[in-house]
Amino acid sequence: MPFEALDFYRIDDDLASEERLVRDTVRAFVEKEFLPCVVEHVRQDGSFPFELVPKIAELGLFGANLQGYGCAGMNSVAYGLIMQELERGDSGLRSFASVQGGLVMFPIHTYGSEEQKERWLPALAQGKAIGCFGLTEPDFGSNPGGMLTRAVRDGDRWILNGTKRWITNGTISDVAVVWAQTENDIQGFLVKKDFDGFEARDMKGKFSLRGSITSELFLQDVAVPESNRLPNVSGLKGPLGCLNQARYGIAWGAVGAALACFDEALRYSKERIIFDRPLAGFQLAQQKLAWMATEITKAQLLVLRLGRLKDQGKLHHSMVSMAKMNNVDIALRIARMARDMLGANGIVDDYCAMRHMVNLETVRTYEGTHDIHTLILGRELTGLAAFEG
Amino acid sequence: MKILVCLKQVPHKDARLEIGSDGTWIKEDGIKFEINDYDNYALEEALRLKDAGEAEVVVATIGPDRVTQSLRTALGMGADRAIHVWDDSLANADSLGIAKVLAAVAKEENFDVVFCGLMSDDSNYAMVGPMLAQLLDIPHVTAVVKTDFENGAVKVEKELEGGTLEVSQVPLPCLLAVQTGINEVRYASLKGIMQAKKKPLDKKALSDIGLDGAAVAPKLSIEKIYTPPKGEGANLLSGSADEIATQMVGKIKELGLL
Ligand SMILES: Cc1cc2nc3c(=O)[nH]c(=O)nc-3n(C[C@H](O)[C@H](O)[C@H](O)COP(=O)(O)OP(=O)(O)OC[C@H]3O[C@@H](n4cnc5c(N)ncnc54)[C@H](O)[C@@H]3O)c2cc1C
Repeated sequence: MPFEALDFYRIDDDLASEERLVRDTVRAFVEKEFLPCVVEHVRQDGSFPFELVPKIAELGLFGANLQGYGCAGMNSVAYGLIMQELERGDSGLRSFASVQGGLVMFPIHTYGSEEQKERWLPALAQGKAIGCFGLTEPDFGSNPGGMLTRAVRDGDRWILNGTKRWITNGTISDVAVVWAQTENDIQGFLVKKDFDGFEARDMKGKFSLRGSITSELFLQDVAVPESNRLPNVSGLKGPLGCLNQARYGIAWGAVGAALACFDEALRYSKERIIFDRPLAGFQLAQQKLAWMATEITKAQLLVLRLGRLKDQGKLHHSMVSMAKMNNVDIALRIARMARDMLGANGIVDDYCAMRHMVNLETVRTYEGTHDIHTLILGRELTGLAAFEG
Repeated sequence: MKILVCLKQVPHKDARLEIGSDGTWIKEDGIKFEINDYDNYALEEALRLKDAGEAEVVVATIGPDRVTQSLRTALGMGADRAIHVWDDSLANADSLGIAKVLAAVAKEENFDVVFCGLMSDDSNYAMVGPMLAQLLDIPHVTAVVKTDFENGAVKVEKELEGGTLEVSQVPLPCLLAVQTGINEVRYASLKGIMQAKKKPLDKKALSDIGLDGAAVAPKLSIEKIYTPPKGEGANLLSGSADEIATQMVGKIKELGLL
């Protein structure tokens, strides 16, 4: 059954023709190449359709908003629409592209040396190299500033020690962007998979984001050349700058997941006959559908405006927080509601609602939890930080 | 080599169609459109020639403003430039009218190959290709499933009924009307879409190509379109799966179908 994306406020009319073209292309790709195989990967925890990586790269979806080095140089709205369409498929697919583009290519592009850019960006854009982003640790998630991973200078190299956990694509990465505390501040390092003392292991047993690889990184006396340190940033603003990119994409991605769930619930409720008439004809069902459509429309307007602001250079990170927080929240509620409306059918993987629902639990947590974004917004509004004490 | 690919924009295959108020065509307002599927394969075939060596690929279409999106898609996939012809008098054009316009476009340049789709998904006439070839006075092959270009000619495989193939050797210039499924159609890449913004898209009126409304006036007009009324005589079987199967076998035997 063909997917129909809700566009109640004719937001399409506000998109440039190439933005629509990008969206339609990615939608067709997801429909034809990804959706037929997503369930088989989700059934095995921690599995991703790697055979699609060259095709995703050929389309230009990795680092699509970056300039030069073989990247497509799209504007922020087109980039957002790509994320929306990928997450319409599965949050795992969007995560793959978010990490590769927003968390690996972006820091190399923004904070890296010319040599690092030339070494890595074309390969990452072409999908010939895969990257991961190591910030979170077993004991430090929401407050990465407390990280225990240490980098100690030793001549023209650094010795890294520590553990990173919950790292998307860790075990399949050629390069890890690892953030570590030095004597003075936090620094980013490009750690290659074959460096001695570096090991990545898969994490199993996830209920959520099963169509994505999540790993743990162990660094034991890993010697990293000084030329692999990201020279142009220091302190927490390095990783936070990356997260801001990826969160921007998530705010769009969540709309995609919500659109998928709404479309499924609408169709299902029109066809499902209960008490001799379609479920969609009952007031309680209509209330749910009307609520979903309204929230999706608000979320769509939020990200479109956010994208235009980003392109005009008027974006403040707290605006991204608002969109990530709101859009993931409503997407998750829409997914739960859709799952509910599908009854028992809603719990099997023939339908997408529950897959999106459990995925979105991760999306709510990573890249700054819902609560943390609330606090960022609170700090922005009041001037008082409520993170501590 | 210079290649012309004729594209038509048709209602999206997933669009929900309703018959328009005058009963002669569907309501076009508010539905999505896409490139006719046959034409996608024609374009891909042309782009493969381009990939293989020296070829310029020009796409041409006739239609209202909305068709520029399809031309941009084609440019994003790799076509070099696009020609868009429109005049309100073409709104009810028949196949011959369309073929005349395309012929006028084709005559402005010397194309070695004209590709088009075997037919269009919306009106199913399968006439524009052969008519265009006649107007251009060049040979044509329809239902093309394979092409092999060599030394100023092309070896073409054409699909016949019942899975038979016909092979012919056709000199250039020629027109090939292709079947669906003959290649794997590429996506417009992001870089392609960005480059497409800078590629030429010529808008032409009928007068620009030496035609006028009278020259393309339709000789065929549609009286009405309608959904066939529900037929009668269906036999609904009921019961358990076993019972239905038994009844069905009985019925098949009764009708002497086995
Ligand atoms: C599938 C998956 C993939 C991931 N991929 C990556 C990756 O590629 N790279 C990476 O670095 N990380 C990754 N992460 C980690 C993710 O970013 C963290 O899980 C996230 O930052 C939250 O940290 P935590 O899990 O330690 O939760 P905690 O920080 O322990 O938070 C637990 C709870 O406390 C709340 N809380 C925290 N602080 C406050 C406060 N001040 N006031 C009130 N409430 C508070 C939180 O909102 C949350 O509800 C991934 C996580 C998952 C699940």
